[in-house]
Amino acid sequence: MSQTYLSYNNIISSLGFTTAQNIENISLGNSGIEKVDDKKVLQTPFYSSLIKTDQLDTAFQKLGNSIDFTRLEKMMFLSLNDVLEQSNLEITAKTGLIISTTKGNVDVLDTNSKFPKERAYLAELGKQIQQFFGFKNEAIVVSNACVSGILAVSVAKRMITSGVYDDVLIASGDIVSEFILSGFQSFQAISDAPCRPFSKNRTGINIGEAAAAILVTSQKENLSPDALEILGDGSCNDANHISGPSRTGEGLYRSIQSALKEAMIETSTIDYISAHGTATNYNDEMEAIAFNRMELGDVPVNSLKGYYGHTLGASGLLETIVGMQSLFNNTLYTSYGFDELGVSQSINVIKENTKKPLQTFLKTASGFGGCNTAVIFKKVH
Amino acid sequence: MEGLKLELKEKIIEQLNLEDVSIEEIGDDDPLFGDGLGLDSIDALELIVMLDKDYGIKLTDPKEGKKIFESVAIMATYITANRTK
Amino acid sequence: MKIENYISNYCHIRNNTVSVNGELIFKEDSNSEFADFSKKGYKQLNLSYSKFFKMDNLSKLAFLGAEYVLNATKIDADDNVAIVLTNRASSLDTDRKHQGSIQDKESYYPSPAVFVYTLPNITIGEISIKHQLKSENAFFIFDAFNADFLHAYASSLLEKEKAESVLCGWVDYDGEAYDCFMYMISKKGQRKHTTNELKNLYKNKD
Repeated sequence: MSQTYLSYNNIISSLGFTTAQNIENISLGNSGIEKVDDKKVLQTPFYSSLIKTDQLDTAFQKLGNSIDFTRLEKMMFLSLNDVLEQSNLEITAKTGLIISTTKGNVDVLDTNSKFPKERAYLAELGKQIQQFFGFKNEAIVVSNACVSGILAVSVAKRMITSGVYDDVLIASGDIVSEFILSGFQSFQAISDAPCRPFSKNRTGINIGEAAAAILVTSQKENLSPDALEILGDGSCNDANHISGPSRTGEGLYRSIQSALKEAMIETSTIDYISAHGTATNYNDEMEAIAFNRMELGDVPVNSLKGYYGHTLGASGLLETIVGMQSLFNNTLYTSYGFDELGVSQSINVIKENTKKPLQTFLKTASGFGGCNTAVIFKKVH
Repeated sequence: MEGLKLELKEKIIEQLNLEDVSIEEIGDDDPLFGDGLGLDSIDALELIVMLDKDYGIKLTDPKEGKKIFESVAIMATYITANRTK
Repeated sequence: MKIENYISNYCHIRNNTVSVNGELIFKEDSNSEFADFSKKGYKQLNLSYSKFFKMDNLSKLAFLGAEYVLNATKIDADDNVAIVLTNRASSLDTDRKHQGSIQDKESYYPSPAVFVYTLPNITIGEISIKHQLKSENAFFIFDAFNADFLHAYASSLLEKEKAESVLCGWVDYDGEAYDCFMYMISKKGQRKHTTNELKNLYKNKD
């Protein structure tokens, strides 16, 4: 059976418009989260990691007329464009396109939006991207709450393994909108300070915005220097509650188990875990329980939400790309915002950037609807 | 107070979509959560919105809600003392 | 070696009609609204599951579709049944409702009970909770029913032994228009799991 790999990639975020810029900021300990006071978005000030609009519009000039595209489209186009340029990939009938987003262009539902309401349909977003870049196949839109970004990687792998595609491009993205902020606020889940995943004094999440794109391929000649092999994956449901995570971490535990079984490796070979770590009480606690049930409590773990906030449908892919760079640079990056352990089970949160030979990592995510995803990656070079 | 309690029962049934529950089945002192009406965490958040919308009471700490939403009687007492509309 | 899979049971819910494996289960007056129709659907199943009434329309539709297919299939909680659902409008029906609650700044009361349903995969959560399916699951959006994708994805889950059977479907709710086609892919059955068969069944042609 053919192997599948993660290859060329890009991140568009408050920390930069390339993966390299993002990693430089992370390694310097720069967070993109700031206090935002914008009454158009939310009546009260909030903490978020926002892309500067003028920078986005300037960068977008090379692709099109800024006013014809939504904010999210510009972010996702730019991200995907960078990956296509880097990889020099020829788009054929065997090239798939996967879009991962939680809410897409939901901001056009606002009566003040100048865009037609049809733009809110996710298949419409898929069509925009498909047509712009000339993909031959209809986009597969993954909309599975906060696991979408990493689930998209798993779906790409499954479609390649079953022979439908040779290569898949994934474009993921979500923006900060009043729609999302007001909803999380009604859940009393928004922190009134920069978020502190896994910490004793955590007070909830920050919402951020980002786009990320990647080439998933079975073709060895399409591999980038930082390429990783996808060893195994799983996405299991908690079957417990539609918003609250399982108290026992059941779905995440099963997802990791499923990924490990397929990867045919022992837990002891995992060098690093890139966790979900939203900094809500229940999520972080649930993850600590699931990791310990899997005997992964000693493995170095971080959450990147301290740098980006929760970027929803982009987060899983964005964090996977940072994980790739972690392995490529043999460096464990600080779990930004962490102070004192605030979960009931012991986990090994990364407190400072650490050089260490790294081969294998586990990416996890969990979300509303009781969904969880775990994927295991291994270095190629 | 009796009027407010009745009003609360009606609102709880309607806003939390308790299809199979009638006003008579909710006693003033019956626990709303846990073994009582079996409300869950989303219902608790929804009751916080109701306090704000209908009675002008803003709760910022969900833990506060736990005490206030113990029963209809306790809710009514709290609303009477704190309502702004 | 390719293992043969089968479409063991399927259900349509459209035009105020529920049918299972092509046989009419019940029909409502075509003027009746979804709220009444879905309630009748629930009653017809003889369920006592008060959570149903807290669901949004999309979840109610998916829940009923799953209920009819799983009733016909008879599964146990430890059966490894994956869930793969698709639609066109995602959760837009409820998204519009949530947007309505925040549009007017003078009357700004976003509801957590509404917001939680602004994700299409909540439908899968609801089905998973009811049947205690702690299994593989995913929600996808397409312009129209995509038999090719559903066939490929369900087959890959079975082939890679991620699941023993897969509950698949198209569950769309947009404005007053709705359409639900759900089916079970198993190792046993009469109808072969092919894209052509799926396309025909979706259109309700035998």
